[in-house]
Amino acid sequence: MIFDTITAKTTADGSSAINVIRVSGEDSFSIVNKIFKGPNLNKQKTHTIHYGHIHDHQKIIDEVMISIFKAPRSFTTEDVVEISTHGGNFIANEILKLLISHGARMAENGEFTKRAYLNGRLDLTEAESIMDLVNAKSHNQLQLANNQLKGDVKTLVENLQEEILNIVANIEVNIDYPEYDDVDQLTNDLVLPKIEILIKKIDDIINESETGKMIRDGIKTVIVGKPNVGKSSLLNSLLKEDKAIVTDISGTTRDLIEAELNLDGVILKLIDTAGIRTTKDVIERIGINKSKKAIESADLILLVLNQSEKLNDLDMELLNLTKNKQRIIIANKMDLGNKLDLKDESVINISAKNNQGIDQLSKAVKKLFIDEKILNSDKTLLSNVRHIGKFKEVKRALEDAKKAAIDQIPIDFVEIDLRKAWANLGEITGQSSGDDLLDNLFSKFCLGK
Amino acid sequence: MYDAIVIGGGHAGNEAAISLAKLNKKTLLVTGNLNMVSFMPCNPSIGGPAKGTLVREIDALGGVMGIITDKTTLQMKMLNKSKGPAVRALRAQSDKLEYPKEMLKTLRNTENLDLKEAYVRKLSIVDGRVNGVVLESGQVIESKIVIITTGTFMNAKILVGDTSKSEGPDKQKASIGLSNHLRDIGHDTFRLKTGTPARVKKNSIDFSKMELSPGDGFVHHFSFDKNHLRVLDKEWPCYLIHTQAKTHDIIKFNLNKSAMYGGQTVDGVGPRYCPSIEDKLVRFSDKERHQLFIEPESRSLDEVYLQGFSTSMPHDVQEKMIHSLPGLENAVISKYAYAIEYDAIDSRTLWPTLESKVIDNLFFAGQVNGTSGYEEAAAQGLMAGINASLKIDNLPPFILRRDEAYIGVLIDDLVTKGTKEPYRMLTSRAEFRLLLRHDNADLRLTDYGYNLGLISKERYDRFTSKRRKIDESIDKLQSMYITPTQEIRAYLDKNELMTIKGKTSLFDLLKRQDISFDIIETLADMHFDLNDEEKEQVEINAKYEGYIKKAIAQANKMQKEYKITIPKDINYHHVNNLALEARDKLDKIRPLTISQASRISGVNPSDIQMLLIHLKKYET
Repeated sequence: MIFDTITAKTTADGSSAINVIRVSGEDSFSIVNKIFKGPNLNKQKTHTIHYGHIHDHQKIIDEVMISIFKAPRSFTTEDVVEISTHGGNFIANEILKLLISHGARMAENGEFTKRAYLNGRLDLTEAESIMDLVNAKSHNQLQLANNQLKGDVKTLVENLQEEILNIVANIEVNIDYPEYDDVDQLTNDLVLPKIEILIKKIDDIINESETGKMIRDGIKTVIVGKPNVGKSSLLNSLLKEDKAIVTDISGTTRDLIEAELNLDGVILKLIDTAGIRTTKDVIERIGINKSKKAIESADLILLVLNQSEKLNDLDMELLNLTKNKQRIIIANKMDLGNKLDLKDESVINISAKNNQGIDQLSKAVKKLFIDEKILNSDKTLLSNVRHIGKFKEVKRALEDAKKAAIDQIPIDFVEIDLRKAWANLGEITGQSSGDDLLDNLFSKFCLGK
Repeated sequence: MYDAIVIGGGHAGNEAAISLAKLNKKTLLVTGNLNMVSFMPCNPSIGGPAKGTLVREIDALGGVMGIITDKTTLQMKMLNKSKGPAVRALRAQSDKLEYPKEMLKTLRNTENLDLKEAYVRKLSIVDGRVNGVVLESGQVIESKIVIITTGTFMNAKILVGDTSKSEGPDKQKASIGLSNHLRDIGHDTFRLKTGTPARVKKNSIDFSKMELSPGDGFVHHFSFDKNHLRVLDKEWPCYLIHTQAKTHDIIKFNLNKSAMYGGQTVDGVGPRYCPSIEDKLVRFSDKERHQLFIEPESRSLDEVYLQGFSTSMPHDVQEKMIHSLPGLENAVISKYAYAIEYDAIDSRTLWPTLESKVIDNLFFAGQVNGTSGYEEAAAQGLMAGINASLKIDNLPPFILRRDEAYIGVLIDDLVTKGTKEPYRMLTSRAEFRLLLRHDNADLRLTDYGYNLGLISKERYDRFTSKRRKIDESIDKLQSMYITPTQEIRAYLDKNELMTIKGKTSLFDLLKRQDISFDIIETLADMHFDLNDEEKEQVEINAKYEGYIKKAIAQANKMQKEYKITIPKDINYHHVNNLALEARDKLDKIRPLTISQASRISGVNPSDIQMLLIHLKKYET
């Protein structure tokens, strides 16, 4: 469809403090409403801004500001929603996936501008540059999608498509040849278990996609270390923003919420960070017992040591406390020389102050938490935002089909959702024409007069 | 000088001729044999899934197929009753002798319409525009418009075993020469094939060995004007049997004698959905048996039709095959099965009005365009007739969208994608089949029929009153509420219905699968002045509202694409950055809208974007 609703991140990739995701098309408001906890956007005036949260079912993805522009008073002259999110690719990608799973399409390069032109918003002189822009994308979207798919993923999608198509074709035959007793009459009761199996498969794919469930939900992480070892600077250089203020004056850091940060797609959920950000560290403030508790409940410990000094008793105790946990020892202040004597320990050398060695940290986390096999298998290649979004849309369609089947809605309605699931998968591989359905129909079933 | 000449008095030609004449165009119908107008060379069955909806649409637009079916029906049945309303389908067995008689009567009673028995040899063409026909006798008849509806007659060959003869269906004379002439004037043709099973003497059959397959009695009617239905004392049933192991042995042993399997060289492509029995055995060798229906042919013929048993075996093998079937051990064959091969034109050389892109004022409709089936033919005939009339009057064409009618799907598929095998209408071809139901064909199309001048004022008034009653009832149901009083809960409980929580609108209540309109009337203690058909409309609108709304939203998006028109004379070489394949295809098909362009195979979304930018650029 040419007039579908499109979406894309309009801010550049990188570590900006804020990202803006634009949604344009007549379903913009209704799609965003489905993932936005806040005022009903349909009922708001144009050119207004609204506060709320983007959520996926119960899970809050981000706290956002949403600007709405009603047609025709928008850049594209269509209904436009702009979602301002916190920075980093991770949050933006999660939101894009959600939007796609609710029916938006990933915009092509320059598509907003192109729409603005086609809808008469831009004048003729701008046409040429748009032509170039569009032309630069020499492949069509589907071809491109195809190229992005590795062989195994393609096979996976095609197998799923085939399974759905078999059900759909069977129902179609039942409809078009109602009196044929050669063909099984599919009923809701027969279709339901098939749909459930499909949902399970799709679920597995979604779960195995990206880098594993734990990584996606975030790794509960605690940063420990003796006072003045540089925990706050580490945190700040990880967050790459001034959200947590590091200062000499005690009490300036009041942000008690757990911070969440994204290291190349690996989410660290930092717990008990409040203490770290005060001039008094967690050990001193909440005592060693509470610190123990924090360490126990964490999936990952980042133990910060000062490599410009020798290990003291507190360092030793922390090393001891964390020895049975998943931990990464971070030797800070590499700019000041190494006086540490740690045997049989792999240590990451960083300088939080100079932002050195941070990349290695994310690699170390991945190494600890991601099964090498998963990391190298093709399944992880399903990291493309559009693909995951589409898979979620497939799942949604299958769940609609399941609900209809349970409610004993006539089977041809159940089929509408199954066909939608099939078509969505086809949008991943670029293959889902009605001819496929007819080919399947006539190759599998003996029909005629 | 005629306004229009229609060549061929089959299901397409007759609808075309009658609609033209009704629209006050002086029309001539030229056909080989007037006693065989709209005859049914295959099974005398009309309707079924998708096809039944086509008949309803033809009726809503003012065509005659529904009326003549109702007048000649032997049996009618509603199919897919256990499924949803979108796929329910009406099918009739019509009397194969009465149908042509009734059609001839209609043709003779149509003002402005002349009938002539003759074969056309060629067209008279001046400057790329048709202006009449030349008969085999050499006689020239002039007209502004010519519509070719020659069905399976052009260069037809009947194939049985190793014999092949130049002949049309049912031993009628083939049309020789016209397809050569069409090729000469630039219309490519290709060979298609279809077949029909044997007919058997009814009194030679032992029906006790067969399973009875009755109709629903005379409760249904195709035409929205139900007064045309002829009710017989008893309906004529069908019977069901299956092929036996013995049957399969005979076919396998004789396979190389079949015209299609070694008997002779056949160029024509046959339809996958209508295979011969030998095809079925070869392609589905694991199937132990195949289903066959015995269908009535006529009240005045001692003959039945053997549905599912079409073949091109020699006569002696056919005898053996039929005698191996239960109840047919002593059957006497009155007509042998045959395959037929014929010339069809490439439907992509037609505009969506069914007018030729090659020769102005020349239209094509029906099986000659590569379709199969009486209903598909009639639908095209009607649309060609309407568009020919509009062209004479210099009015904009009448093109139905894919979300408006199966007719729209049919013609769009033909002119956009073409077909390699005889094209049959299937519900799966319609992406908006939930909107294109047989029960709402009148609501979808009667306005068009009336505005075109094919539906009488009297019938239109009846229709608008129905529509108003439906709309008012829906409004009423939406504005009326019931609360779960003790009385109401007791009623629901007694009838084993789910209870209601809190105040509920009657419309929402009707959405429930377990609540019928009658229950609503009881619960609300009021009577709605609606007949069963009207109640059905209200109920469908309530029960499937969510699905229908989604489909309408999708359809609205497509309509936007339909609204962006492409000039007929666009030069695709001036459109920058089109892929080579897309440019060729677009140039050949010459779509009239962006929607149509987007359905051409080989034209990708990026090509459509290029086209959009081009159109915008040269808009002024």
